[in-house]
Amino acid sequence: MAVTAQAGARPVPPVRAGRRLRLPHWLGVTPFLAYVAIFLLLPTGIVVVNAFRSPTGALNLSSLKVLFESAERSYFTGSLELCLISSALGAVLGAVLAYAIASGNPDGAVRRLYIAVSGVLAQFGGVTLAFAFVVLIGPVGLLMHASWFYSFPWGIAVIYTYFQVPLMVLVFLPAIDGLKAQWREASDSLGSSTWQYWRYVGGPLLAPAFFGAALLLFANALSAFATIVAWENQIAYIVPQQIYVAINSEVGLSNVNQADVLALGMIILVAIIMTCYALLQRRAARWLR
Amino acid sequence: MAAVTSVGEAPLAAPAGRPRGMQAGRRKRLNAFRYVVFTLFAAFFLLPLLAMLRFSFEGSTLGTWSVAAWKQIVSYQGPPPLISSVEISLELGLLTSVVTLALLVPTMIWIRLRVQWISRAFEFLCLLPLTIPAIVLVVGLAPVYNKIRHYELSALMLFWAYVILALPYAYRALAAGLNAIDVKTLSEAARSLGARWFTVMFRVIAPNMWQAILNALLLSAALALGEFTIAYTLLYVNLQVELYSIDRNTPNASVIFSTSLAALLFAFVLLLIVSYAGRRRRRGMR
Amino acid sequence: MTSPQTQNARKVAGRAAVEVRMEGLSRRYGAVVALDGFDLTVQAGELVALLGPSGCGKTTTLRLLAGLEDADAGTITVGGSDVTGLPASKRDMGMVFQAYSLFPHMTVRQNVSFGLRLRRVGSAQRDRRALEMLELVGLSSQADRYPHQISGGQQQRVALARALAIEPQVLLLDEPLSALDAKVRAQLRDEIRRIQLDVGITTLFVTHDQEEALAIADRVGVMREGHIEQLAPPVDVYSRPSTSFVAEFVGLTNRLPGTVSGSTVTVRGRDLPLVDLSTPGGTVTALVRPEAVTLAPDSGGPASSGPLTGTVIASTFLGATSRVTVDLGDLTIMAQLSTADAAEHPAGSRVSLTIRPDPVLVSVDAPADVEA
Repeated sequence: MAVTAQAGARPVPPVRAGRRLRLPHWLGVTPFLAYVAIFLLLPTGIVVVNAFRSPTGALNLSSLKVLFESAERSYFTGSLELCLISSALGAVLGAVLAYAIASGNPDGAVRRLYIAVSGVLAQFGGVTLAFAFVVLIGPVGLLMHASWFYSFPWGIAVIYTYFQVPLMVLVFLPAIDGLKAQWREASDSLGSSTWQYWRYVGGPLLAPAFFGAALLLFANALSAFATIVAWENQIAYIVPQQIYVAINSEVGLSNVNQADVLALGMIILVAIIMTCYALLQRRAARWLR
Repeated sequence: MAAVTSVGEAPLAAPAGRPRGMQAGRRKRLNAFRYVVFTLFAAFFLLPLLAMLRFSFEGSTLGTWSVAAWKQIVSYQGPPPLISSVEISLELGLLTSVVTLALLVPTMIWIRLRVQWISRAFEFLCLLPLTIPAIVLVVGLAPVYNKIRHYELSALMLFWAYVILALPYAYRALAAGLNAIDVKTLSEAARSLGARWFTVMFRVIAPNMWQAILNALLLSAALALGEFTIAYTLLYVNLQVELYSIDRNTPNASVIFSTSLAALLFAFVLLLIVSYAGRRRRRGMR
Repeated sequence: MTSPQTQNARKVAGRAAVEVRMEGLSRRYGAVVALDGFDLTVQAGELVALLGPSGCGKTTTLRLLAGLEDADAGTITVGGSDVTGLPASKRDMGMVFQAYSLFPHMTVRQNVSFGLRLRRVGSAQRDRRALEMLELVGLSSQADRYPHQISGGQQQRVALARALAIEPQVLLLDEPLSALDAKVRAQLRDEIRRIQLDVGITTLFVTHDQEEALAIADRVGVMREGHIEQLAPPVDVYSRPSTSFVAEFVGLTNRLPGTVSGSTVTVRGRDLPLVDLSTPGGTVTALVRPEAVTLAPDSGGPASSGPLTGTVIASTFLGATSRVTVDLGDLTIMAQLSTADAAEHPAGSRVSLTIRPDPVLVSVDAPADVEA
């Protein structure tokens, strides 16, 4: 629509003239890249390279054999057991809690409270959490004396759940928010019951996000160190504990790069998990954003 | 052809008074479910905290009450004095959050505006620390920190590593803030009015995502306050390491709990403030 | 000679159309009353468009009819049966939403056959029916695509196919075209009407776009603040608006002061017939459509001044027509002419106006003002 009015036209602001140095735009990312390179990529690289060093310093695959010896395998089995249990528990319970939060008032006090709490509690792992549980259900516990408290993996898994559930809420809640009301309404008006909606629409749509979040929980449990150290440090059940022992012990030349080898094992595990997570995320994002 | 459900299930006469709504019934069931869930989870999350609270008021003999543990936060001598570990951790929190933001905010805005093709890789890098376990990182950081120790012995140097740990959380918070505003349009409008990049970033974009920035700040600080693995393995002393060694030397010492609760309360209150501030902002904009 | 699509539609319309009657519907949200004692009857096979500004209650009406929300009071009867107490899943109505209602994890075909799957129809029959519906909306080639792979207009067609696949008694459309661009909107709007006529299904269509409502409806219900101001065929709503709200909401209006005496109103020296012959005499505001105003050059020179002579101050180009604004000295008036005619009266020229003697609506409430 063009208006031909009597009033005169307003003058156009002048275009910025002058030479500018044409640097490639990606250079703006350099500070970040430099930082990450030194403090993240370099250490990771050091670990990977050192894992392949034999005691004499040469690079070969012999050190990797260590990974498959029974002692090392048991640390990985222990880690996997603990991670599986705590992430399964955390995922299911966290999903339920996330759904309860999401189905309420989006601006409500309850929602903001639970999200703030989740933000803090997801970080609240570590020594204080373990001590708190000792005081709650340990040998001199205030609530009860759980005989299974110092058993692996269930005792420590209960403690892990405490920070896994909030993490699940933080990661999975956006996915539930992404379930559009129209899908439920369309499904309803086409004749579905609640069960049918979840079976055919809601469930399948949430599945990638759910399993992606569960994977994230798995990786989170894999890395946990402080909690188990504070819980019980006499025996090394999981890989991180053994890495610590390997780094700080002076014993035995054959342990020279055990830490690196174990660390490499963890890196490989995590790489697999993250790839699966990324694939699931892509699917979830396409549907639920 | 397809058979369709008949409608003849409802009575033909008009119901007297208010018809019983199906949506209302569904809503009631949902609310009952929510109350149950919230109660159960609240109990689960509160119980350890309550245990800590009770224990922080525990006297020297089991079963008695005393505030000694709280006073000990300041007076506990260690070695090292507890208060100095608290200070170190607080300073680390500040340092970590400021550096993290200084690193991420300009970079993220810049990427969104000019280098979108990097954003996938960037996100990958930012989320990587979530899954590279700290214990793995510290194996590779040990040589780097050996170098750093030549120049500076203070535990404050831990912040270099903490920033990496904080990246995923800060990134997510900032990304949420950036997603909520139309960065492209805002910056194009500002540029068309003659603003330079610096102005666009710090006077146009950043103020519009201040809740996200605050959020990121707090998450980074909370992370620094709670960090144990890297400090412990690299043989530094921060708050968590000290609490751990207190327990190793004096099991179940109440001062552990009073200190932890104080730290937790601190972080939680700050987070609540941020979330309320966010709500007020939205109200004002309507 | 019927088209293949009409033949398809005839196959689809296995059932006879039903009447929808809403009586005494009320709904409030907290302190806001969306509907209060709302009545509407949609005849069997009719398409009624509910038209109105945001917040007038048209969407609420639709959602109450669909069962997506509960009415606080009132009854809804479909084909003689009371459905008020039924949940949405048992009301046997097809609904098309404004946007985003297709299930993203299902193909087009799976989306369309979803309702049939819920009713335990066998998969071969389901597929056949889904394809029939897709042919009806012209999208059978896209059957195996996913919603994110097709355009917005195509998505809405799939939504329509999905709603009709279950052979519902009533079709509900909640601003289905609002999220689409103008050209697609016009196309799709005509298609929806064609399909609705072929299938013969009772339909309620909610929109805020008057062009849509006028173009496709059998009757238009202009709504305002929870009640219907006028329910009539499009021609009547436009040419014989019953209230000034309707006159001003639908189409553009000039507000001119006038005096009523007998069966005419005198506006600027001309007598115009009244829509409502029972209007009492006195000073009123007459609502005159721009297309009823014609222009002719005024050769009388700046000295000549009659009640209907003035200077053109603006001309807005709308494509085939143009809207010319003329300053009459004490007020301005809009005329709508073909662009060719409008070109003869550029800004600044003196013109004299004629008002075609169409029946006009008058209102006594607002004073005549310079129209916007």
